Amino acid sequence: MASLSSWKEIPLGGLIKEPQSSRYNKTGSWRTERPVLEQDACIRCTLCWVYCPEPAILELPKPYTTKKGIKYNVTYEINYDYCKGCGICSQVCPTKAIKMVPEVS
Amino acid sequence: MQRQLTKERIGLTSNYAAAYAAKAADVDVIAAYPITPQTTIIEKLAEFVADGELNAEFIPVESEHSALSAMVGASAVGARVFTATSAQGLEYMHEVLHIASGLRLPIVMATPGRALSAPISIHGDYQDIMNARDTGWIIYIASTAQEVYDTIIQAYKVAEDPRVLLPVMVSYDGFLMSHTVEPVDIYPDEYVRNYIPKFIGNRPRLSPNEPITMGPIATPDWYYEIKYQVIRANKDSRVIIDEVNKSFTERFGNQYDVIERYMTDDADYVLITYGGASTGNAKEAVNKLRENGIRAGVVRIRLYRPFPAEDIAKAVEGAKVIGVIDRALSIGNYIEGPVYNDIASAFYTLGVEKPLVSAIHGISQRAMYINDFYQFVIKLKDFYESKSYPKNPIYLGLRE
Ligand code: SF4
Ligand code: SF4
Repeated sequence: MASLSSWKEIPLGGLIKEPQSSRYNKTGSWRTERPVLEQDACIRCTLCWVYCPEPAILELPKPYTTKKGIKYNVTYEINYDYCKGCGICSQVCPTKAIKMVPEVS
Repeated sequence: MQRQLTKERIGLTSNYAAAYAAKAADVDVIAAYPITPQTTIIEKLAEFVADGELNAEFIPVESEHSALSAMVGASAVGARVFTATSAQGLEYMHEVLHIASGLRLPIVMATPGRALSAPISIHGDYQDIMNARDTGWIIYIASTAQEVYDTIIQAYKVAEDPRVLLPVMVSYDGFLMSHTVEPVDIYPDEYVRNYIPKFIGNRPRLSPNEPITMGPIATPDWYYEIKYQVIRANKDSRVIIDEVNKSFTERFGNQYDVIERYMTDDADYVLITYGGASTGNAKEAVNKLRENGIRAGVVRIRLYRPFPAEDIAKAVEGAKVIGVIDRALSIGNYIEGPVYNDIASAFYTLGVEKPLVSAIHGISQRAMYINDFYQFVIKLKDFYESKSYPKNPIYLGLRE
């Protein structure tokens, strides 16, 4: 994150010259509850990925085989740098594979 | 080589003068919504575009809020833009006024002033303009159709200067100027375009080749500094405004300053005015007063924001009493004249200790007679002689 600069140094009107610089803001620090994804319960329906407002659900090309032997080509994981803990993923998950766990007990 | 300037004198309303100036400025995009008394400006511009005299995108939007929003978008990609509104329309675009200045977009807008509802009025005064005074825009108030034409040309030169980059409003009397015809010298379009050339790249703009973000949220760590940039840009624009007044005279001949002084050198009683009708009447009253041995003068405020406090203070140096004539209201304020308050605050800060009297007139185009101004100066003289000054504005033309 840029240091707090003087009004003379800030780009005119607060415009941002560098594309994608919002990545520097690790919004994960806002979180009070973290979503925890149980890979064996996940049926790879993609709903959490669609609904996450950040988006902090990562769709990774990692093969995974559940304990029951179901094979998947993708794995969904949570990017805790940007997940703000809103719980939407947990709400929409049809198999209740995502649980919200308090950051501080 | 710049060719010799040939002027063509034609009869124009101030609204048509505004449209002719926007055409001369070769604006790229116009977005506007009709509202009295501004409508004939955009009617004329629509005609210029339809007739192929002006190669511009004309967006007939569904509201003034959309009009200024469309201007924000077009200006953000680097277009030269023009819009116009009045009264309720200016109120409706109010939130976007702040956005335009905060984003540092050199939008130019003509605003013939009008009274605000309720009661419903379509008639002229400056209540709408005064409500926009704290938005960060540079605000001129013209007093003749020629000045409207010239000031809109100047406005582009000021607004687009990389040291300024602020929106500019050019105001004038609704109806009393917007719909009355005066002789106006217009200049060949290419001559004007030579004076205000378009530069791509002299300001940040949205472009797919070099992506930037305009208008992101500013957290409390940043907002204050970004607003302070606007404060400084508005204050410091005065240097550029003076430069442009000078270069304009060199190029086109007509002389402009931030204020206009009329017989102020030896004046005991000075009326401070803005706009066409107030100023014209005040000058006529001064002529008559002087015939009767009363030394009066007029200071007209031409540049309203940034406020030319020091220029006004200097112009009234020799005066015994100053009367400020407002055609607008600041209801609930200790004194209801908005420009009176600007002047009182400026004079207090500058240590100018002069008796200052507020007068309100011409609200919703209440007829202003030369004799009202004459009698007001006689009152100023009485106050001076009795050393007792009113603690309320004098409501000229009001039925008691
Ligand atoms: S808690 Fe909210 S932000 Fe975090 S992964 Fe779930 S939906 Fe996205
Ligand atoms: S919503 Fe639930 S089941 Fe669907 S992909 Fe996300 S975690 Fe897996």
